[in-house]
Amino acid sequence: MKQMTYAEAIRDGMRVAMQNDPNVYLQGEDVAQFGGCFGVTAGLYDEFGPKRVMNTPISEAVIVGSAVGAALTGLRPIAEIMFVDFMGCCMDELFNQAAKLRYMNGGKCQVPMVLRTPCGAGQGAAAQHSQSVESWFTHIPGIKTVMPSTPADAKGLMMAAIKDNNPVMYIEHKQLLTVPGDVPEGEYVVPLGKADIKREGSDITIVAWAWMIQKALAAAEELAKKGINAEILDPRTLVPLDKDAILKSVAKTGKLLIVHEEVKTSGFGGEIAAIVGEEGFDYLDAPIKRLAAPDTPIPFAPVLENAFIPSEEKIIKAVEGFF
Amino acid sequence: MDLNKEQLLDMYKKMVTIRAFESKAVELFAAGQIPGFVHLYLGEEAIATGVCASLEKKDYIASTHRGHGHLIAKGGDIKIMMAELFGRTTGYCKGKGGSMHIADVDLGILGANGIVGAGMPLATGAAFTCKYKDNGAVAVAFFGDGASDRATFHESLNLASTWKLPIVFLCENNGWAISNSQENHQNVTDISDRASGYGIPGVSVDGNDVVAVYEAAAAAIDRARKGDGPTLVECKSWRWRGHFEGDPGAYKDPKDQEEWLAKDPIPRLEKNLLKLKYATQAELDDIKAAADAELEAAIKFAESSPVPDPSELFTDVYAD
Repeated sequence: MKQMTYAEAIRDGMRVAMQNDPNVYLQGEDVAQFGGCFGVTAGLYDEFGPKRVMNTPISEAVIVGSAVGAALTGLRPIAEIMFVDFMGCCMDELFNQAAKLRYMNGGKCQVPMVLRTPCGAGQGAAAQHSQSVESWFTHIPGIKTVMPSTPADAKGLMMAAIKDNNPVMYIEHKQLLTVPGDVPEGEYVVPLGKADIKREGSDITIVAWAWMIQKALAAAEELAKKGINAEILDPRTLVPLDKDAILKSVAKTGKLLIVHEEVKTSGFGGEIAAIVGEEGFDYLDAPIKRLAAPDTPIPFAPVLENAFIPSEEKIIKAVEGFF
Repeated sequence: MDLNKEQLLDMYKKMVTIRAFESKAVELFAAGQIPGFVHLYLGEEAIATGVCASLEKKDYIASTHRGHGHLIAKGGDIKIMMAELFGRTTGYCKGKGGSMHIADVDLGILGANGIVGAGMPLATGAAFTCKYKDNGAVAVAFFGDGASDRATFHESLNLASTWKLPIVFLCENNGWAISNSQENHQNVTDISDRASGYGIPGVSVDGNDVVAVYEAAAAAIDRARKGDGPTLVECKSWRWRGHFEGDPGAYKDPKDQEEWLAKDPIPRLEKNLLKLKYATQAELDDIKAAADAELEAAIKFAESSPVPDPSELFTDVYAD
C-alpha cells in the first residue's frame, strides 16, 4: 500500500498498464509535457516518450474517432477528453462508432479503448465545465461506464478498464483529484460490475457514486450521532451495474435513497429506483427517494453553485425524512 | 506506372462484378427482397477498383453507406455479401449490419458507415496503428463530396498531416450530397484544393477512368507507405441512381444525367482493353456472363441461407 491522491492513483493505473502492455498509449489535448489540464498525466510523457503519450489538436471528434480506429486494429488507446462537457463534440464517435461497430459487424471485431474525462461541479467553472452526464453513456448499449470515488478504486478500475475489450467511459470527478488514500502498488484490478459497501449500516441504503460518496459518508457520521445507521453503497461502475448488491442491501435496510450530481430528470438514479421497484419492491418499507441536482444548468456564483450541488445537509435531511 | 494485361483484366472483372451486383440489387430491392436502406455504387465502379488495385490484404479501408463496391474491390465474396443484404446468418455481419454496414473486418475493412464522414477518423486511427507498429501497412478513407463538409474531414486531415500518418483520403465526388448538388453545398470546384489547408498534396482525377484513378491512388498509397504522410485524392464521378433506392433523383437535370451515363467507366475500359489487344470482345462478353452467373449463384446462396435466430439480438453487444 502506498498513500497517493486520486489523480496519482489514476496515473499509476495508466503507468502500470503501459509498462505491462506496449499496445497501450495515451492521447488527448495537453496530456504530454503539460501533464493534462488537471495534471493527471504528469510525468507519463517523460517515462514513455512521444510515441506513446501524444498531444492532439483541439479536435475531439478525431481524438475519439482515431482511438476507435486504433482499437479496431490492435492497439489499446486511452483517449482523454478534457471535460465531460466536451463530449458533445465527439458523441458520434462514441455513440455510433465505438459502441456499435462490434455489433453491426456481427461480433467480428472489438473496440478495446478507454475514454477518460473529468466531470463535476464545485469549482466555479459554470455551465460548460461542471456537468455530470453519466446517464448519456449508460443509455448506450456497447459501452461501459466507470465512476470511481476513492484513490484505490480509481487505480483498480483504470487497470480493469484498460484490460477490458470494450469501449469504457472512465469518468473522473474533479473534486476528488486531490483526495488521498491507500492504494495497492503494482498491478491492481478492481473488476467492473462489482459494487463496494463504503460504510456498513442497517437502517437505510444510500446508493451514490463519485463525489457524492464523500458527502454521503460525512452525512452518515452525523446521522449516526442521531441514531441512524446508514449503509453507503458505491456501484463504482454504472454499466455493468451490480444490481444484486443493491437489492441485497435494500433487503437488509428496507429503505433506499439515491444521491447523484446529475440533474434529476432522466438521471441514472431513476434507473436504480426502477430496478429496485421492479425487483425489490417487497423489501421496501418506504417509498424510494432520489436526491439529485435540480433540472437547471450549473451557475457560476458560488452561492448559486452550492445551491445546485447535493450537499451533506441535504442528504441528512433526506434521510431524516424516512424516519 | 504501366498496367499489364493481367492487372487491367482483373480491374475489368471487378468493375463488371460491382455493376452486376448493384444492378441486381436494384431489382431485388424493387421486388421487396432486400429490407432497409440500399445506396448503390452504379457509375462509380472505377474508383474503388482503381484504388484497391494498389492495396494489400494488410492495408485498411474505411467504407461508406455506399460501400458494396469497396468490399468487392478489396476482395469480398459476393455470396457472403448478398447473404448480408438479405439479412441472413451467412452474411458478413451475420445479418446484423445489412447493406449500410456491410464489411469484412478480416479484409481490413473498418466498417461501412451509416454516418456520413465518420470513416475518416477511424481510418486515421488505423493509420496511426500502422505507424505505431511500423508494419508497412496503410489506410484509405473513402468518403464523398458531402462528407468533405463535415468537421471530421477537417479534424482527420489536420491530425493525419500533423502526425504524418500513412493514409490516403479518397474523396468520391459523385456530384451529390443526397439531393444537394456540389455547387450548392460548397464553394469549391476541386475538393482537392482543400489539401493545401492541411499542408498535404491534393489531386483531382477523372473518377470514371480506372487507369487515372489507379495512377493517382497508387502514387498516394506509395507516398503513405514510404512514410511521407497523407494525400487527398479526389475522383470526380456521378451517382447514377438516387441517393438511396426509392429516391427517383428528380433533382438531377436529365441532360447532366445523360452526359454522365455516356461517360460510363466500363465501356471506356473495354475500349482500352480492345485497343491494347488484351482481350477480344468475345472474351469480355464471357467475363460479363461469368459475373452474371456468379451473381445468380450468390442470390441462390442468400435465399437458401437461414435467417438469424431471435436470440442473436442479444449476442455481440460486448466482447468478453
